Amino acid sequence: MMKSAPLLIGLSVLSLFSGCSREKREIIILTGSSTVAPVVTDAAKRFEATHPGVRIEVQTGGSSRGIADALSGLATFGMISRDLKADESELTAHRFAIDGVGIILHQTNPVTDFSRQQLIDIYTGKVTNWKELGGPDAKITVASKAEGRATLEVFLGYTGLDSADIKAGVIVGENQQAIKTVVADPNAIAYVSIGAAASEAAGGTPIKLVRCDGIEPTNENVAAGKFPIMRPLQLVSHGEIPATARDFLDFLTAPENADLIESHLYVSLSK
Amino acid sequence: MKSPVSRRNHRRFSDLACGIVGAVAASLTLVVLGCIVWDLLRLGLPHLSWLFLTGEVADGGRSGGIGPVLVSTVMIVVIALAVAIPPGVGCALWLSEFVRPGTVPARAITGGVDLLASVPSIVFGLFGMAFFAQVLGLGFSILSGGLTLACMILPLLVRTTLTALQSLPVDLRPSAAALGLTQTTTIRKILLPAALPGILVGVTIGVARSLSETAALIFTSGYATRWPDSPGDSGRALSVHIYDLAMNIPNGAAAASASALVLLLMILVINSFASFLAERWLRRYHS
Amino acid sequence: MFLSRSDRILRGALVMLALLSGSVVLLIVWFLVAGALPALRDGYLPRLLFDEHWQPGSARDPQFALMPMLAASVLVTALAALLAAPLGIAGAVFHRFYLPKRLAVWNQRMLELLAGVPSIVFGFWGLTVLVPLINRLHPPGQSLLAAGIVLALMILPTIALTSQSALRSVPESQLLAAAGLGMGRFATVFHIALPSARSGIGSGVLLAIARAVGETMAVVMVCGNIAKFPGSVFDPVRPVTATIALEMGYASSSHKALLYLAGLILVLVTGALTGWLAFGKRNAGEVS
Repeated sequence: MMKSAPLLIGLSVLSLFSGCSREKREIIILTGSSTVAPVVTDAAKRFEATHPGVRIEVQTGGSSRGIADALSGLATFGMISRDLKADESELTAHRFAIDGVGIILHQTNPVTDFSRQQLIDIYTGKVTNWKELGGPDAKITVASKAEGRATLEVFLGYTGLDSADIKAGVIVGENQQAIKTVVADPNAIAYVSIGAAASEAAGGTPIKLVRCDGIEPTNENVAAGKFPIMRPLQLVSHGEIPATARDFLDFLTAPENADLIESHLYVSLSK
Repeated sequence: MKSPVSRRNHRRFSDLACGIVGAVAASLTLVVLGCIVWDLLRLGLPHLSWLFLTGEVADGGRSGGIGPVLVSTVMIVVIALAVAIPPGVGCALWLSEFVRPGTVPARAITGGVDLLASVPSIVFGLFGMAFFAQVLGLGFSILSGGLTLACMILPLLVRTTLTALQSLPVDLRPSAAALGLTQTTTIRKILLPAALPGILVGVTIGVARSLSETAALIFTSGYATRWPDSPGDSGRALSVHIYDLAMNIPNGAAAASASALVLLLMILVINSFASFLAERWLRRYHS
Repeated sequence: MFLSRSDRILRGALVMLALLSGSVVLLIVWFLVAGALPALRDGYLPRLLFDEHWQPGSARDPQFALMPMLAASVLVTALAALLAAPLGIAGAVFHRFYLPKRLAVWNQRMLELLAGVPSIVFGFWGLTVLVPLINRLHPPGQSLLAAGIVLALMILPTIALTSQSALRSVPESQLLAAAGLGMGRFATVFHIALPSARSGIGSGVLLAIARAVGETMAVVMVCGNIAKFPGSVFDPVRPVTATIALEMGYASSSHKALLYLAGLILVLVTGALTGWLAFGKRNAGEVS
């Protein structure tokens, strides 16, 4: 049996490769932000169903990967969850959704809204105890996002701070981590995507979104432009894009596909 | 001099103490595993069904199933094992049978293998992306993922096989030589079968590691959720699916937990099967 | 040593396999060096060593301190090893010498399951179960301690399973001889079995430590990610792997080169440490 084992293994490996040949198909490649990837994947499935002969490949790797791949031509579109920077002007951005960024607290925290200045004071360490804001006598655990994240950039833009000014107690990566941080520590404060937070709160997670400068953090207010902190979800491209790719762009912003974007709790731009 | 009675009590005490510490350690494992599995069952059990195991991924993974993901995962693990076992076992054989320990070649190879063990998983992912996907041109594919995983589990296989070979009874090799057997025959018919249980430990941990690894696979086998036609296609692994559902998809917790339960079940099945095979194999050599 | 023809062919094949195994790491190191070159050329190395904070994205005061993160990697790994090694070895002793056969098989399956729990699941469990517990003791909860405990749980199966295997390989004859001499179970374990299995157990601990240093996903969720030297086990820390994981996907190209350099330094430092440990093992009289 030992003699035939290598042969058997070899044959089974070779049989794995039998499906290698593929018919000619038009391929659209998108790489980048893992925030944008899930909704684009769903849209791609729906698009492929009505456009046979087109195959859409979605890969993650972060917004900067999206930019790099779009520039180098490795991808048809890059997926990014922020605005283009000044040194990325070669690229064209196609916005298809917005994600509001709201402040969350633990459900048991009595504070219900912040002014912009209060936020600045908390995040720069000037205010360190909840009792200064009408809450319990406990040290505030300040949660901020890691460097380079769009949510951080947007927060910095709103507060006018520099990342070196923030005195955080905990730093998180994804939205879910921020939400779970607040659940674990009733004295924590964090900023996350409004859609994700609203959905979690509705599902029973003990967090709540709080008003910022008196404005309710809801997707409706974001869509109406009333809520100040938000970031765009965009596809970026470099130069000419093929007709099918343009069709996909239109598909993303079409009103009948707004449900896809809303099922991922972002604000569709088609309305 | 201690009286016989106090010496016996002392012996019983240390035996008991050792047993208690050991029992605490074993029960700690049980408690933590139970806690984790309980949470997974609570959230994920309602979500499990035959449709879940075979269906396509839909709505980001929240509905539908994990059929394509399972296929991709199995392919990735099979490739990883098939690629890592020959060099792993071969390197260990060379180190234990053909070279004296402490010599420069032995130390260099052992050092290289040990250093490989401490490379961070995310670096493996980035390396896999640059080397297998880009330089070798394999792109985002199950093959890239499997090859990257193979690099990750290689040190494990080398070390466990080496330990297994070195722990063999010391009279085995001289007896074989006295019988006039060549080293090739000795290795094939005597050493490897005898060392099989130890090698199996390495394979078992290697399988567990392959299934639980996330960072290395996100950048290599990728994100795709369609049924893979071949190893050249991109196909996300189960651990990547769990990660995406838990972190990036709102309300994905139920599907993530269900997927994690399936993953644990896979490990149980694979390991039980592997030890069953090993026992049958060994019975042929020991009966 | 006279080698027949088949032996010479086998040796040739095995040499190639061994060379392959040993040189994969060279490829990876070269890849890291290539990625880190821009950062080295731009003179970031002294900043990595002597700056105080890690704020690479700041427009006002960019700083690039690597040392707090290297210290965190070492501390978290050391804590995890200190927790996992005694427990894993004790558990293995219990499995081999105290448990009846039926229970022993279940114990093994349980450990294999624990070994396969995805890192993200461990991370979430840590964040939802462990961190709130620690928070009650001392906020914020995400801390060196949390990371150490979660990592210890992740490497425990490796240590336990390899130690079990090593203890199983202790020659039956030695155990019988000990019994014949009237040694009790504890004495046999402590004075005969453990020393005999020392090499295998050491290998397992080494593998586990290497794994702990490189673990990324689970650690990021529970360590707090504050890049400062910790004052106590309750302080948040940020190991190097956490930084790479958090920032790589969003980094500009110069920032990326910095992350590669950080990764390279981590691999080299870890290599030096594990090499020193392995050297110590060999000097203790074991086969490497």
